Amino acid sequence: MERRDFKEQLKKTAHLARLHLTPEEEELFTKQLQNILDYFKKLQELDTSNVEPMAHVLPLYNIWREDEVKESISQEEAFKNAPEIEDLGFKIPRIMKREE
Amino acid sequence: MYKPVIGLEVHAQLSTKTKLFCSCSTEHENLPPNTNVCPICMGFPGVLPVVNKKAVEYAIKAGLALNCEISNYSKFDRKNYFYPDLPKGYQISQYDLPLCRNGYIDLYVDGEIKRVRIKRIHLEEDAGKLLHIGSGDRLSESDYSLVDFNRAGIPLIEIVTEPDINSPKEARLFLQELRLILRYLGISSGDMEKGSLRCDANISIQTEEGKFGTRTEIKNVNSFFSLEKALEYEIERQIEILKRGEEVIQETRHWDEKNQKTVSLRSKEEAEDYRYFPEPDLPPLMVTEEMKNKLKSEIPELPAKRRERYLALELSPVDVEILVSDKDLSDFFDKALRIYGNAKNLHSWLSVEILSYLNENKLEFKDLDIDSERFVKLIEMVDKNEITRPVAKEVLRRYLTKKEDPLVIIEREGLRVVSDTSYLQDIIKNVISNNSKAVEDWKKGKKQVINFLVGQVMKETRGRASLDVVKNLLEEELNKL
Repeated sequence: MERRDFKEQLKKTAHLARLHLTPEEEELFTKQLQNILDYFKKLQELDTSNVEPMAHVLPLYNIWREDEVKESISQEEAFKNAPEIEDLGFKIPRIMKREE
Repeated sequence: MYKPVIGLEVHAQLSTKTKLFCSCSTEHENLPPNTNVCPICMGFPGVLPVVNKKAVEYAIKAGLALNCEISNYSKFDRKNYFYPDLPKGYQISQYDLPLCRNGYIDLYVDGEIKRVRIKRIHLEEDAGKLLHIGSGDRLSESDYSLVDFNRAGIPLIEIVTEPDINSPKEARLFLQELRLILRYLGISSGDMEKGSLRCDANISIQTEEGKFGTRTEIKNVNSFFSLEKALEYEIERQIEILKRGEEVIQETRHWDEKNQKTVSLRSKEEAEDYRYFPEPDLPPLMVTEEMKNKLKSEIPELPAKRRERYLALELSPVDVEILVSDKDLSDFFDKALRIYGNAKNLHSWLSVEILSYLNENKLEFKDLDIDSERFVKLIEMVDKNEITRPVAKEVLRRYLTKKEDPLVIIEREGLRVVSDTSYLQDIIKNVISNNSKAVEDWKKGKKQVINFLVGQVMKETRGRASLDVVKNLLEEELNKL
């Protein structure tokens, strides 16, 4: 992949994660991203045709709970970190820009 | 040719007591906002989800009932996107290893079997609810929003079909049948008005065999009727575009219930990029044969099987559907059928006497406290001419409203059929002398007046006499005049 493509990919990823990067950070992270992807490219050279796919690092399965309601935190506690509350709802800024 | 090609994505809330990854109650209707919440379903940093066993079992049951293969190895993934109803910034869902795959539902469409394949069923968590505050009712006109996390984390199954549906009617029938199956399984209320069953539709128009058109996705469909209407509208819209030689734009469209049309939701279509990756906080699921067999044994007789059985009893397709569409009613029918052999008569009693009562009182069958043995006993008494149908009807009503044992009422109030002819003749003579006008009319040849006189006699006997007997005796008396 061209270096320019890495930068585009970085910008796209940053946008999806809602990260605002300075030009310096963009340079730095592009380089780091490139290193990481190069590393994975190398991993991909390995023959894994006889290796079972793995979704989790621990040999654990079916860790579940019974369907029983348990007391939770109070509403007061739930609101403790909220900057603003209105009618028992978390108040948040406008979601969409106004149509022109 | 213009052939509609439709696929559905259906979300059904599972009726578990607790949420998918925490022990908060799933109650969320008519509750003050943010009452059933905890650090897990509000997405606080550092908390750990633990999956609800019952939700996994329900999803597997859905898969078994919809003829799916159940994966013996399944995992959860994070679907990353930002929206204020999703507190973690990702939804825990399943991506490449869903619990169930490759199933189908067979529908009867205009007398023929139509198979709609199910691509997959997976488990995921519901999002919170947003209330938009501001000048208009559109999101873009609101000044701010309020978030309620009571719904966040409620277990959902997402059922995705293959694009096998070719008409709005088929889509509706599919959704109705799916809901019925979920209700039979007892795993979802399937209530579309309350949002426990939601449906998105993908639709495109095929202009030649083997070539797919560009599809649009329709959201905000919240009844069976509006699913059909929205698809009809969208099919027409797309065909118009194609006829003009233009191209359909791939986009998400919103069903505008008020104006009965679909409107473009996103003006600029951004390719979705959810960056799925395995959920590291949840170990994978292993579904054993033992587990599958146990769940299979818990699945009740399903609608398709029941239809077959009822049709074999020679009930009409309409009558069969009346029963099958309500599992509680149908269960009751089966219970009564075990002690009463005449299926048609039993059905007629249920639909004429019980369903009319339910309609008048806006009740559902499950609200009734009715004993199949008492019900059957009542029908048998009518069959044996021990009581008349009007008496049975009245007694049944009293049983349904006041829970009084019908047999006790009959004995206490002496409601058995009156077969004592001299008693009836006395009443008839009275009626004749008290209704001289009607009798005159009868004599002049207005023979239908007899129905009025029969009615008078029946009233006197409190419905306890057989209509035919009364009519015969009455005619005898009148002819004597």
